[in-house]
Amino acid sequence: MSDVNWIALGIFAVIFGLITWLGFAAARWRRGDLDQLHEWGLGGRRFGTLITWFLVGGDVYTAYTFIAVPALAFGAGAVAFFAVPYTVIIYPLLFLVFRRLWHVCHRHGYITAGDFVRGRFGNRWLALAITLTGIVATMPYIALQLVGIQVVIGALGVSGSGLAGDLPLILAFVVLAAFTYSSGLRAPASIAVVKDVLIYITALAAVIVIPVELGGFDKIFAAVPAKKLLLAVPGPGTTGSYSAYATLALGSAFALFLYPHSLTGILSASSGRAIRRNAAMLPGYSFMLGLLALLGFFVIAAGVDKLPEYAAGFKQFGNNFAVPALLLHSFPSWFVGIAFAAIGIGALVPAAIMSIAAANLYSRNIHREFINPNPTDRQEARIAKIASLMVKAGALVFILFVPTQYAIQLQLLGGIWIIQTLPAVMLGAYTRWFNSWALLAGWAAGTYAGTAMAVASKLTPTFALVIGAHTFPGYTAVYTVMLNLAIAIVLTPAFNALGGRGGAADRTAASDYHE
Amino acid sequence: MTTSETGKKRRGWSWWYLLFGIQFAVALWPPFYNKFEPTLFGIPFFYWFQLLWVLVSALLTAVVYFATDH
Repeated sequence: MSDVNWIALGIFAVIFGLITWLGFAAARWRRGDLDQLHEWGLGGRRFGTLITWFLVGGDVYTAYTFIAVPALAFGAGAVAFFAVPYTVIIYPLLFLVFRRLWHVCHRHGYITAGDFVRGRFGNRWLALAITLTGIVATMPYIALQLVGIQVVIGALGVSGSGLAGDLPLILAFVVLAAFTYSSGLRAPASIAVVKDVLIYITALAAVIVIPVELGGFDKIFAAVPAKKLLLAVPGPGTTGSYSAYATLALGSAFALFLYPHSLTGILSASSGRAIRRNAAMLPGYSFMLGLLALLGFFVIAAGVDKLPEYAAGFKQFGNNFAVPALLLHSFPSWFVGIAFAAIGIGALVPAAIMSIAAANLYSRNIHREFINPNPTDRQEARIAKIASLMVKAGALVFILFVPTQYAIQLQLLGGIWIIQTLPAVMLGAYTRWFNSWALLAGWAAGTYAGTAMAVASKLTPTFALVIGAHTFPGYTAVYTVMLNLAIAIVLTPAFNALGGRGGAADRTAASDYHE
Repeated sequence: MTTSETGKKRRGWSWWYLLFGIQFAVALWPPFYNKFEPTLFGIPFFYWFQLLWVLVSALLTAVVYFATDH
């Protein structure tokens, strides 16, 4: 990375300036009293079908996704495509389960999963476990978004040592922090519209122009080594790559909407109908993600990784440099500027929503529950705004001073941790049969076992479960949430027999869960 | 649990939801699509089929939406 690409950098800077203005102006969009937490932190629950589509799309399909999924295809091949079945099966869950959660949260003014669990099960310690899991799982996710910005800034040729090299990232972070503080969820919602239009343009251009340049898909796939093209067919005595692929998709799908930022996006919708419509419309993003995954193979076919001008980038950022290098190689500078801006803004949108979601959790389920039980609206919103700054500052410090690999590994663990909230949150949307202490015991066991299994498999996502002579490699999150659930089921009658139902009465009624 | 879940009519299940089951079953059964042939525009079956399945699933979800939206 010897020279700065001034044209691309200029366009990148102009688009960034535009969305900065948009972020601040968003405070006046569908104006509400931003001193109330549901106005700041959920945009007043005012977003219709279309804005929800952009917001949840910008929230779930992050910049890091657009860099990491093709990078995985480039490095590991077919397994990267698990992102496609994963994003197929999230939408039935959205349609069925999270629609119910939207209704009950709307009726009771809940803004977090912690609020819901507290109301449903009446156990503040279970709610605290859900809350802490959400915050801890979100932090490395924000850090990874900053990695996305870091990679494109590096690819623009901006480099330097020490503080000077990190300055663009710090600047982007300050902008992000400032407009989130002043506009709340309205900022990422309005910016998401711009970002998604740019991302769609980039994706379409890339999957049309680059194959033409490379001489067609036949030639591209002919250049990919045979063992990367398909999943390895499992040998005798193991379900091999098949069970790994399917459980990665399944576990990731069940974890996705449990993440605080996903739930924030869902709860900001103005109606249950907007949610259900989006279950049929959001797959548009899944389709684009699948197309983008193919970019990993384009990189192989174009031989970009072997060109000397990109060697330094690959050395610094690893396979995450594959997509930026391919774009630099295939497009004129002005388009590279647009594409990189799309990725950069694509990082700001989810980072903003994640920090808002974590802030909502802190102010509602920790500060209000354990420190100041009767805040005024203004105090509560203020605590959340300050918490959102702290969360982002933490993520920035993490990225600046800790190796990127740790953020990736923590994010992997985050997926295993967040899925442990499934019994209380997703099954809780259907039943209060569970004893809340049994749910807490299941959560603790699942979290502990998941962490131990992930460490045992050297912080890779899959664990080789051996039963008798058979091996079932699978996503650790799936195995451990099954353990979690089994424990909750077994302990529920036991705890009920020992000492009542555990926790206060259910504050929700069956009719709260639908129209 | 006291008054709520007994008196109310149990809304929530529709046979249309079985269409979601189809989406799950196909997406989560790799032996079904882990094949090179037939290719489409030079793209191996594994890739184009899963992309197609995204579109089919969206369509099935839309069917469920219109069938259950009262």
